[in-house]
Amino acid sequence: MSATFATAARVLAQLRRDPRTIALLIVVPCVLIFLVDQLFAERPEVFQQVGVPLLGIFPLVSMFLVTSITMLRERTTGTLERLLTLPLAKLDLLLGYGLAFAAVAAVQATIVSLVGFGLLDLEAGHSKLLVIALAVANAVLGMALGLFLSAFAQTEFQAVQFMPAFILPQILLCGLIVPREDMAEWLQWLSALMPFTYAYDALARAASTEPLGARFWLDVAVVVGVTLLALALGAATLRRRTP
Amino acid sequence: MSAAVSIRGLRVSRGGKLVLPGIDLDVPPGSVTGLLGPSGSGKTTLMRAIVGVQIVESGDVSVLGMPAGSPELRRRVGYVTQAPSVYGDLTVRENLTYFARIVGVGGDRVDAVIERVGLAGHEQVAGSLSGGQLARASLATALLNEPELLVLDEPTVGLDPVLRRDLWAFFTELAAGGTTLLVSSHVMDEAERCDRLVLLREGTVVAVETPDALRERTGASGLDEAFLRLIEGGER
Repeated sequence: MSATFATAARVLAQLRRDPRTIALLIVVPCVLIFLVDQLFAERPEVFQQVGVPLLGIFPLVSMFLVTSITMLRERTTGTLERLLTLPLAKLDLLLGYGLAFAAVAAVQATIVSLVGFGLLDLEAGHSKLLVIALAVANAVLGMALGLFLSAFAQTEFQAVQFMPAFILPQILLCGLIVPREDMAEWLQWLSALMPFTYAYDALARAASTEPLGARFWLDVAVVVGVTLLALALGAATLRRRTP
Repeated sequence: MSAAVSIRGLRVSRGGKLVLPGIDLDVPPGSVTGLLGPSGSGKTTLMRAIVGVQIVESGDVSVLGMPAGSPELRRRVGYVTQAPSVYGDLTVRENLTYFARIVGVGGDRVDAVIERVGLAGHEQVAGSLSGGQLARASLATALLNEPELLVLDEPTVGLDPVLRRDLWAFFTELAAGGTTLLVSSHVMDEAERCDRLVLLREGTVVAVETPDALRERTGASGLDEAFLRLIEGGER
């Protein structure tokens, strides 16, 4: 367990050395949510509908990117190979990353939520804390996906391309842009296979004043389940013996 | 005394190429064994097999009495790769503090090891250190928990002669204290400092002997020449 915390502390220390990334992580979502607010200045009900889910989608995307690059660096600089020759359980490494990025995501989600709820008059139908909690869960999901997918990138260029290749289709199809029930049937099926769909749906339900319903808990279960699956697959890509 | 490393019939292919066709080798404990050979002769692959990070085709590699790569050996074997592997965005102390927590030793070891490799007073991030300093930072990491076997892949590349001399004196000192060291190099004046030399050519061990015996056998005046005679002699 101490190796988990040591890893989390080390990841955070690395991030601290990169204040520009921290600034981007915090400022960019705030600017974007303001842009969306302005975009729908004449139609506040639309902003209400997309604004809250966006609060929870930002951490997912940023943690995905940060993790896939950080992990790729671990692989290419040889530190991962070194770690795997040491008495460190793979789980310690993965949980250490998870812990560190969940902490960053909590800060990020809280600040962007303060902007959204405080300055831009967004309303959370259920509770603001629920939205922040979902945002943190999404961040951990993004981290787990980034960790797993980083195994398939050899360079940082490739890792960055996972953003349009892997993230963008999910944002398009998750229901944020067009409600899922208005999509062609095959798109609905495709959408049902994407983790973002469930992350978005949970946020949308938390934002609405309707009862959360059983579907909300299914959403949460899928987000948690995919996170665990991605972590397990990620652990499988960490090989102590290599060719 | 039984060997610290005992290898029988080790066969390894990398990228479809047979790198080690079947090696037998014993490394005695408490000594400095130099692993020498031209680039591409399989030094790194052999070291990786000993540390247990290399997928091998066949053969037995036994380290400190157990199969290479056994979980328990992760505490007892230290490995330093040729390319320094430390976090470039952390200071030397931050790097070592992290690795110390992984191997379960205290902050006093961090101080001792920093002092030992001559990096005291370097507070900048590792990424801005010179090549030699970075190599020593990477070496320091492997010294934290005082492993019984140290496998060092070209630890002195890019170091100036003073540092090289100091490091080799340190290696000898460690061996006198009971540590087994396996050090690869292609600098022949370093070979002189080893208790025993293992000469590797195209994945085959061509000689295992002391520097003196090697000179005597080949009739060469220096190790450089002895080495060349053995390497090129095998091709005739």
